[in-house]
Amino acid sequence: MTLPAQDGAKTQVPKQTARLELDGLRRSFGSYNALDGIDLTIEPGEFIALLGPSGCGKSTALNCVAGLLGLSGGEIRLGGNRIDELEPEKRGFGMVFQSYALFPHMSVRRNVGFGLTMQGIRGAEADRRIEEALALVRLESQIDKLPGQLSGGQQQRVAIARAIVIRPPIVLMDEPLSNLDAKLRLEMRAEIRGIHDQIGSTTIYVTHDQDEALSLADRIVVMSQGRIMQIGSPQDLYQRPVHIEVADFMGFRTRIAGPIVGVSGEEAAIDVAGARLTGTMREPLRIGDAAVLSVRPEDLVAVDDGNGMPATVVSMEYRGRAFFGMARAGDDSVLYFRADRALPRGASVTLQPASGQALLFKEAGA
Amino acid sequence: MIRDQGLLSKIWRFAVWAVAGLFILNLLGVIAAVIVNSFATRWLGTWLPLGLTTKWYFSAWKEFQLSSVVLVTFQVVFAVVIISGLLGVTTAYALARRDFPGKRIVVLLFLLPLLIPPLTYGIPLATVLYQLGLGGSFWGVVLINLVPSLPFVVLVMIPFIEQIDPRIEAAARVFGAGTGSLFLRILLPLLLPGMLAALLLVLVRTIAMFELTFLVAGPTSQTLVVSLYYAVFASGVRAGQSIDAMAVIYMVTTLFWLVLALQFVNPSQIVARAKQQPAS
Amino acid sequence: MRAPSLRTRLASRGFDGTTLLVLPGLAVMLGLFIYPFFYGLADSLMPKEGVWYANYANFFSDPFQYRTIAATLWLAIPVTIVNLAFAVPIAFRVRLMTRQRLLTTILVLPITLGTVFVADGLLTFLGPQGWFNRVMILVGLFDGPVKLTNNYWGVFASLVITGFPFAFLLTLSYVTGIDPAIEQAAATLGASPRQRFMRVFLPLLVPGLAVTFCLAFVQAFAVFPSAVLLGSPAGSTRVISIAAYQAAFEQYDHSLGSAIAMIMGAVELVIVLLVLGSRSLFYRGPTGGTKG
Repeated sequence: MTLPAQDGAKTQVPKQTARLELDGLRRSFGSYNALDGIDLTIEPGEFIALLGPSGCGKSTALNCVAGLLGLSGGEIRLGGNRIDELEPEKRGFGMVFQSYALFPHMSVRRNVGFGLTMQGIRGAEADRRIEEALALVRLESQIDKLPGQLSGGQQQRVAIARAIVIRPPIVLMDEPLSNLDAKLRLEMRAEIRGIHDQIGSTTIYVTHDQDEALSLADRIVVMSQGRIMQIGSPQDLYQRPVHIEVADFMGFRTRIAGPIVGVSGEEAAIDVAGARLTGTMREPLRIGDAAVLSVRPEDLVAVDDGNGMPATVVSMEYRGRAFFGMARAGDDSVLYFRADRALPRGASVTLQPASGQALLFKEAGA
Repeated sequence: MIRDQGLLSKIWRFAVWAVAGLFILNLLGVIAAVIVNSFATRWLGTWLPLGLTTKWYFSAWKEFQLSSVVLVTFQVVFAVVIISGLLGVTTAYALARRDFPGKRIVVLLFLLPLLIPPLTYGIPLATVLYQLGLGGSFWGVVLINLVPSLPFVVLVMIPFIEQIDPRIEAAARVFGAGTGSLFLRILLPLLLPGMLAALLLVLVRTIAMFELTFLVAGPTSQTLVVSLYYAVFASGVRAGQSIDAMAVIYMVTTLFWLVLALQFVNPSQIVARAKQQPAS
Repeated sequence: MRAPSLRTRLASRGFDGTTLLVLPGLAVMLGLFIYPFFYGLADSLMPKEGVWYANYANFFSDPFQYRTIAATLWLAIPVTIVNLAFAVPIAFRVRLMTRQRLLTTILVLPITLGTVFVADGLLTFLGPQGWFNRVMILVGLFDGPVKLTNNYWGVFASLVITGFPFAFLLTLSYVTGIDPAIEQAAATLGASPRQRFMRVFLPLLVPGLAVTFCLAFVQAFAVFPSAVLLGSPAGSTRVISIAAYQAAFEQYDHSLGSAIAMIMGAVELVIVLLVLGSRSLFYRGPTGGTKG
């Protein structure tokens, strides 16, 4: 129940330099495994994004780290010390909630100062730190208001200030931007990264928005069904997803299924309705294997001549530099593609993945 | 949820559950005592009665003229439900959809009967009803029961109507619905779940409403709960088992509607107003 | 330019066809609630004999009458406090339960069955040969049968049986209305369970608890059938509603009955206003969360 090396003093949690290790985390709700063996080491000062669709376990993982949920198995270590049996109030982490969870009956000052009060820090020292934290989120002028008098964006800033004022070794953020409108979201995104860089805490950031993860994080952890699918830098994930689900999440919207008909080095080709489509293998594949080629809309191009996949245009839209379209193939599958001019509905097109941009995976279940 | 593992919190948790458990045990004991006694041949100075019989039900049914009492009860209750439903829903609709000067006073008027002891307004109202010659009559009982049930319907329906997007009605108008078809095709289907809930709750509450009915009920306009009161009040006169058989009959009629109501509402709505839970 | 029509001007202030729908319900309330109230008030000032305030003077000079106020409060206030004191911690535990429905269904039973049924059941259950006395003797808490009916404790028990579930269900609806993330936030900021309760939950709950107290108090204060059936209606549980009923329907003095009813309403409103007034010392905004 208590740590071997700690005697419960609140300042004992090592600041700034602690490495967080998740070791085989499991958490089940009844027979449902929300977390199914999560292994992850987070270096001090890192900005980590947990990315995945809703229900993938990313929020569960965050709540386990915070101590709001108990584990069904595994360990959490901070700087080598086990913390998974500590109550949340003894972990000293800062957390920003999706619903902000500000105390509605307290002024901004008392909200931000709550964690300090709990640590016994009062008076001038507390005031100084509250003002410092509010300055960091540029909200000094609202200090005496109640949360209900603030806009959504301002409430989110208060929530961030409240989490960082206690100088936590780790800041946990649970989809903090999902309740904001698009413009504010972009603005706050930049500010969150800026604050992270200033205070130097480790940040674990849960989101279902790949843009957010890609733009914010040092490393992204993609989760699905309680497991980690891939861990990597944003560039890694964007260009080299190891799994078709990760690819899906990274914007490879079009999937084309077909048998492998040729392999050369890292490249392979599938046959679709007589056309050969080439892509990079992300899993070992042999001739004859059922495979799926996955490609982003911008990398599936309508070509005027020759070799490619035939399809019929369903719709087109103009998005600034190029036209993007949706087409239907002979087997009724939907293809998202790019073209340099508007094509009429019903027109026949031939689609070809841009060289080196398509990925090949084993077909699920094959 | 957050785990707290200290010994003190364990003791505290145990104590809280123990108190809750004891309360439920006693509550079920009270109800079971009535049921057991209604089937008892003789029950004096022992844990359980000497033998079981159903004869008290027959004698209670005859002695207390329950066939007419039950009939009167349902007539009263349904009259109250229909009248307070019609008036309550229209009133709630106006209060939910319009802001007008004096609205706060009107809302307060509908809140007051729930904040004032029934006898406080029941005694003057009963006096008025007796002077109008309605004392002891069926309609007297219905009228006095409207005082708490009409505001109840209004207060349950206002939040329910508020959460129906007024743009739905606007859309129906745009697509050419007249007032009549707007009401029949759009509003009624949308309001129905809330109305059903509100009216079933009124029904259950009216069956159990004692104080007000008691003030104006005459020999031919007694509801079950008033008959039960008189029977218990004069308990030396009849066999206790017979009274308890009547209590069980009363309980069954109430619980039938309660079970039905619980298909549509959350139990806590019987005391509290409908509330939306925070999304999280 | 023409001045807007009367209809347009009324509509802009919120009066139109829809607003008129309020009228039938309003008329019923005016006829059945407001008019009788003022009728009763006037009636109470026209005593059978004596000066206009004779009913009130008689009530407050006759110990048999004015002691009913104390008797009523002596039941209603302790019962309400007990019910609320148990309701809050239990609601706090039940809020964590995922399947609350069975519990809430059981608890709603005594409310729907009503005081008359509960009084009838308690007469058997708490009687000298009832299960309660038997269990108490069995476990050794009582030496012999203790008289629990036809006195203060019988009425007290009946008010707990019907009043506790009422207070509990209301409290539960307030407690579950508080965004659970608010507690989690307090926990991650270092607040212990006790601090979370004292600094976060309690201040947020006070307004709701004040309302719960008032509604529970109104019910206990209006105690009538169980005070007659389970108490000693001529003695310690001669509550004010018994006095009002007897005056109006046993002595056929509706003037005095109305006067006592008015006194009853006034005493109750004073307590309710005191409680609700003290609420303004606390936060009174939304507790569901701080969105928007």
